[in-house]
Amino acid sequence: MPNLAHPAYPSAELLHLESLVPCRESQVSMLLSIFGERQHFSFPSIFIYGHTSSGKTYVMQTLLTTLQLPHVFVNCVEHFTSRLLLEEILIQLQSCSSGTEQTSPVHCDTLNDFVRLFKQTLASQELQDQTVYIVLDRAEQLREMEANILPAFLRLQELTDRNVTVILLSEIVWELFRPSIGCFEPFTMYFPDYSIGHLQKILSQNHPPEYSADFYAAYINILLGVFYMVCRDLKELRHLAALNFSKYCEPVVRGEANERDTRKLWKNIEPHLKKAMQTVYLREISSSQWERLQRDGGEPGQLKGLSAHTHMELPYYSKFLLIAAYLASYNPVRTDKRFFLKHHGKIRKTNFMKKHEKTSNHLLGPKPFPLDRLLAILYSIVDNRVAPTANIFSQVLMNLVLMYCLPHLLEMESRQPQMQTFTL
Amino acid sequence: MTTCSVSKGCFVFKPSTKKRRLSEKTANFRSPNHDSEDTELRFVTCQSLWSQIKSETEQIQEDLNKQLIDNLMSFLSRSHPDFQEKTTEWTCGMKFREIPTAALVLGVNVTDHDLTFRGLSDVLQDNITPYVALLDAKDCPGIKNLMQKLMGQLMNCDIEVDSLEDEDCVQVSQNRIRCSMPSLISWYESVTKKTDSETPSKKRNSSSRHWQTPPVVVIFKDMESFTTKVLQDFIVISSQHIHEIPLVLIFGIATSPMIIHRLLPHSVSSLLCIELFQSLSCKEHLSTIIDKLILTSRFPFKLGEKVLRVLINIFLYHDFSVQNFIKGFQLCILEHFYSEPLSVLCCHQGDAKKRVYSLSHDQCENIRKLPSFRRYVEKQESGKQIELLTNDSFLKIRELHCACLENQVWETEEYESSLQLARMLNKTDLVTMLQQCVEILMSSSGKEFDKTVEKLKELLTQFQNLEVAEASQERDVSISSQKELQKKTDLYHLQKTLLELKESRRSKKLTKFEMLRFEVVDYIDRLVRKYLVPADNRTLHEIVYFNAATVLRGHLNAAPRTALHTALNNPHWYLKNQALKCDGGGISNKAPDICIVYKLHLECGRLINLVDWLEAFSTVVMAAEEPNGDAASSDEVDDTIHARFIRAVSELELLGFIKPSKQKTDHVARLTWGGC
Repeated sequence: MPNLAHPAYPSAELLHLESLVPCRESQVSMLLSIFGERQHFSFPSIFIYGHTSSGKTYVMQTLLTTLQLPHVFVNCVEHFTSRLLLEEILIQLQSCSSGTEQTSPVHCDTLNDFVRLFKQTLASQELQDQTVYIVLDRAEQLREMEANILPAFLRLQELTDRNVTVILLSEIVWELFRPSIGCFEPFTMYFPDYSIGHLQKILSQNHPPEYSADFYAAYINILLGVFYMVCRDLKELRHLAALNFSKYCEPVVRGEANERDTRKLWKNIEPHLKKAMQTVYLREISSSQWERLQRDGGEPGQLKGLSAHTHMELPYYSKFLLIAAYLASYNPVRTDKRFFLKHHGKIRKTNFMKKHEKTSNHLLGPKPFPLDRLLAILYSIVDNRVAPTANIFSQVLMNLVLMYCLPHLLEMESRQPQMQTFTL
Repeated sequence: MTTCSVSKGCFVFKPSTKKRRLSEKTANFRSPNHDSEDTELRFVTCQSLWSQIKSETEQIQEDLNKQLIDNLMSFLSRSHPDFQEKTTEWTCGMKFREIPTAALVLGVNVTDHDLTFRGLSDVLQDNITPYVALLDAKDCPGIKNLMQKLMGQLMNCDIEVDSLEDEDCVQVSQNRIRCSMPSLISWYESVTKKTDSETPSKKRNSSSRHWQTPPVVVIFKDMESFTTKVLQDFIVISSQHIHEIPLVLIFGIATSPMIIHRLLPHSVSSLLCIELFQSLSCKEHLSTIIDKLILTSRFPFKLGEKVLRVLINIFLYHDFSVQNFIKGFQLCILEHFYSEPLSVLCCHQGDAKKRVYSLSHDQCENIRKLPSFRRYVEKQESGKQIELLTNDSFLKIRELHCACLENQVWETEEYESSLQLARMLNKTDLVTMLQQCVEILMSSSGKEFDKTVEKLKELLTQFQNLEVAEASQERDVSISSQKELQKKTDLYHLQKTLLELKESRRSKKLTKFEMLRFEVVDYIDRLVRKYLVPADNRTLHEIVYFNAATVLRGHLNAAPRTALHTALNNPHWYLKNQALKCDGGGISNKAPDICIVYKLHLECGRLINLVDWLEAFSTVVMAAEEPNGDAASSDEVDDTIHARFIRAVSELELLGFIKPSKQKTDHVARLTWGGC
C-alpha cells in the first residue's frame, strides 16, 4: 500500500516516486496535496527550508520530473544578478515544452519586462491549462538583489495572472527573508534533518553491484558509528562511504575473511575511518591524495595536511609591525606612555587601571587605532633606530593583507582601504 | 581609493603592467662635462652586461621554479583523467566531483609572484592547455566582475589561437555575451568540438600538445585578497558544472595554507580537492642568486661591501623580494657605469686588455686621480713613482694586472667570520670543508693556487692517517673516565672528579688532532690574508667595485617624510640658492611661502588659529620689505600677502599637514608631529 496517493496521478507513477524519495514521503504527499491537479491553481508561493542536504533540491527535482510537471529550476547563486536570473527562467521556460526548438536570445532587464515576456511565452507554449512551477534554489541570494525581486516572485501568480507557483528553497528560515515593508506570506514548509535511521536507510539503498546489500549495510553501519557524531551531511557521508569502501573490502578480496566476518571487517576498517575523520573529512588532505594513499598502502602520517604548514617567514620589520599593531589594538592609549617611554614618571597603582579595564581586553576585542600610534609603537619596540622610509610605510599596507592570516589577532573592521584606523 | 595625505603614509598604487619604452637613447647617459669619458662605450658595456645578467637571472629563476612547475604539471595532467569517458563505475556515481585545486604557497614576497605566475601560465599554455585565466583580487570585487574577467581572458585566448590559423570565427564581443557559467560551458563545448572535427593533418602540430579536452585553469593570484563571498560563490557555481567543463583552480597563497580553511566554510571547501605545492623559500632563492651573480668571476662588475649590505638589508628587513633585489642590483650597475668614467674598463678580460691599450691621456689622468691608485703609487719607490705618473703606457700594463687580480677576489667579510668557526669545528666537518676548499681552488683558474692545493692535499692525508690512531685514543679516554666515575660514589668525590676530568680534558685535548687543526686553521688564515685582501685596499678597485651605498639607499629606501621635512624646513638643501641659506632656527623671509608657513606651524599646538598664523606670516614677509613699508599696512594685511598665505596653507593641507577643524571654525588642526 503506497503512502502516496493522489487521484490526479497514476498510482504506478506514485509508487516509482516513492521509491525515489525515501524518508521524505510525508513531505512529498503534503506537496502533492498543495499542488492539486495539473490544471488547478496552486498556492502562489511555497517556501521550503531545512538544513544542508536534507533533500530539498533533490525531492523537488524528482517530484517535478517524475510527474512531468512543467517546471523551471534555477539556482540563484549561479545567476547572481536579477537580469541573469530572469533571463534564465525565460530561457528554460521556452525550452520547457517546445523541446528542441532553438531558443532566441532573451533580453529582460526589469521585472516589468519579465512579466510581459512571461505571459508571452506561456501563451505560445500551450501551458495555460497546467500549473507552471518555478523553483528558486538557494533563495537567500534573492535578498541581495533589487528590493522588488523577492516580493514580486512571491505574488507572481497575481502579477502575471497565470497559473504559476513559485517555490523557494533555502537553508534559512522565512523570518530572515521578510522585508521590512511586508510582503505576501508564502506557505512555509520545513524539511527536518534525517535521523541516523534515515541516513542508514538512504545510504544502504545504493549498494555496489558486486557486493550484497547486507554487506554494504553493515559497512554503512560502521561508517555512521564513526562519523555520525561529527557529520550528518548526507552528501559528505556518501562521499566518505565511497572513498573508504575499497579498504573495507580488502580482507574479503584477499580471502582472509568472508562477507559475514563482521568483527574482522570492523577491526580492519575502524582505525582507518578514524584517520579519515581527522584528515580527509576536514579536507586536510584531498580525497584524491587519500585514495592514492589507500592504493599504495602508505601511512597517512607521511602526508602533511594543510594545517601542518603554519610556519610563515616574515621580514624583520613586518614582525615588529604586527606586534606593534597587536599592542595598539589591545592596549588602552593611556598606557602607551608607561609602557613605551623610558622616563614615564610614577603612576599610582590604584587609580591607574579603571574598573572596566580590569576585565581582559581580549574579551572586548580589538579596537581601532590611528596609524601614527602604530608607527610610534613600532619605533619604540625595535631596538635600533628605524628610519621612517617608504618601505616601512608600504609594509603597513602589506600587513593589511597579512591580517587575514593571523586569526586570533586579526580582524579588519571594514574592507575599505582606510589607513587611518583599522583593528588587528 | 583616495589617499588622505602624503606625509602620513605611503600608498602603493601599482600601475598595470605597461610596455616600457625600450632603449632610451644614449643622450640620457651622457654627462655634460667631458667627452673623454667614453659615454657611448660605457653605455654599450653597461647594456651588454645587464642583458647578460638578466638572462642569467631568468635562467636561474626558471631552474628554481622547475620543480614546482613540474609538480603542478603532473597534478594538472591527472586532474581530469576521465572527463570524456563516461565511466559507469559505482564509486564515481557516489563520490561527488570535487574541483581539483592546487594551493600554491609562494611566501610573503608578493612582488615576486607575478613572475612565477607568468612563467607558470606560459608553461601551461605550451604544454597542457590554451585556456588559462589569471585573476587578480583587485579586478574582482564581485562575482560578476570575476566572471567577466574570466570569460574575457578565456575567450580572447581562443580568438588569438584562431586568428593565428586564419580561420573565420565569430568575434564575440564581451558585452553581448551573458557572463554566466552556461555560456562559458557552451563556449567550451564549441571550442573543443571545433578542434575535434578538424582534420588532424593540419592541426596536428599545434593541438597535439594539448589533449582532446584540455582543462580550463583558473589562477587566483592573491587568494588572501579575494573577498570570501566571491570565492565561495565561484566555487559553488563551478562545482555544479564540473561535469560539463573541466575546471582546475590554482590558489596563489602568500601566507599559509590555513587561509583556505579560514576563507572558506566547510561546506565550500568540501567541494574542492586541494593539493599543496610549496615554492622554494625566498631566502634560498636569494642565496642562489647571490652565488650565481655576485660571488662569481663570470661578471666583471662587483658590489662593494656596503652596497651589498644595503641590498640585503632591504631584502631581510622589508620585503623578502628577490625581484626587488635584482632591480636594486640593476640600479647599481646603471649608477656605476653612469658615474664612474673609468667603468669603461669594467668588462671581460679580453676586452679590458684592448681598451687599456687604447686609453687616452685624459683617461689615464682619471686613473691617476683615483685614491686607491695614489695609495699604490706612494708605496712604490720614487723612481717608479715618477714613471707611473708620467708614462701612460707603463700605467696601462700595471692596470691590466690589477684587473686580473680583481677577478679572483671573493667575499671578504664572510671568510673572516667563518674562520672563527673553523677553529671550533670537529674533525669530520673540518675534513669535508678542506675537501671542498680543494675542489673550489682546483676549479678556479689561477695558477698561483697550485701550490696551495698541494699543501691542502697533504694536510688531508695527514688527517686520514690520524683518524685510526685518534679513534682508539678517544675511546680509551672515555672508558677510563667512566670507570673512575663508577668507583667514586659519594657526592663530594664525584664533583671533584668531574672537575678534574674537565680540567684534564682541557689540557689533554691538545692531542695530535688538535695540533693539526691549529696548523690547518693557521694555514688557511695565512692564505686568506694573502689572497682575500679587502677590496678597498686593492689598487684600482674603483673600476669594478660599486661602493656608493648612500646613493643607493637614497634611491631604494627613500624616506619621504624626512625628505619633505627637509625640503620645507631647509629649502636650501634642495634649491641650492645661497640666499636661502639660513643660520640656526631663524625663518628667512626669502624662502618660499610654504616654507615660512610650515615653519610657523611647527611652533603651534594641536589647533592653529588662522588669524594669528596670517599675522605671523605677514610679519615675516614684510620684514623683507620693511624699508618701504608704511605704518598703515601693519594692522591691515595686504591683499597679495593674504592670497599668498591662503595658497600656502592650502598647499600644506594638500600635503596632509593640516586639516580644517570642526571644533572651531577659524582654526585648523595639525595632523603630524605632535598633532592630533
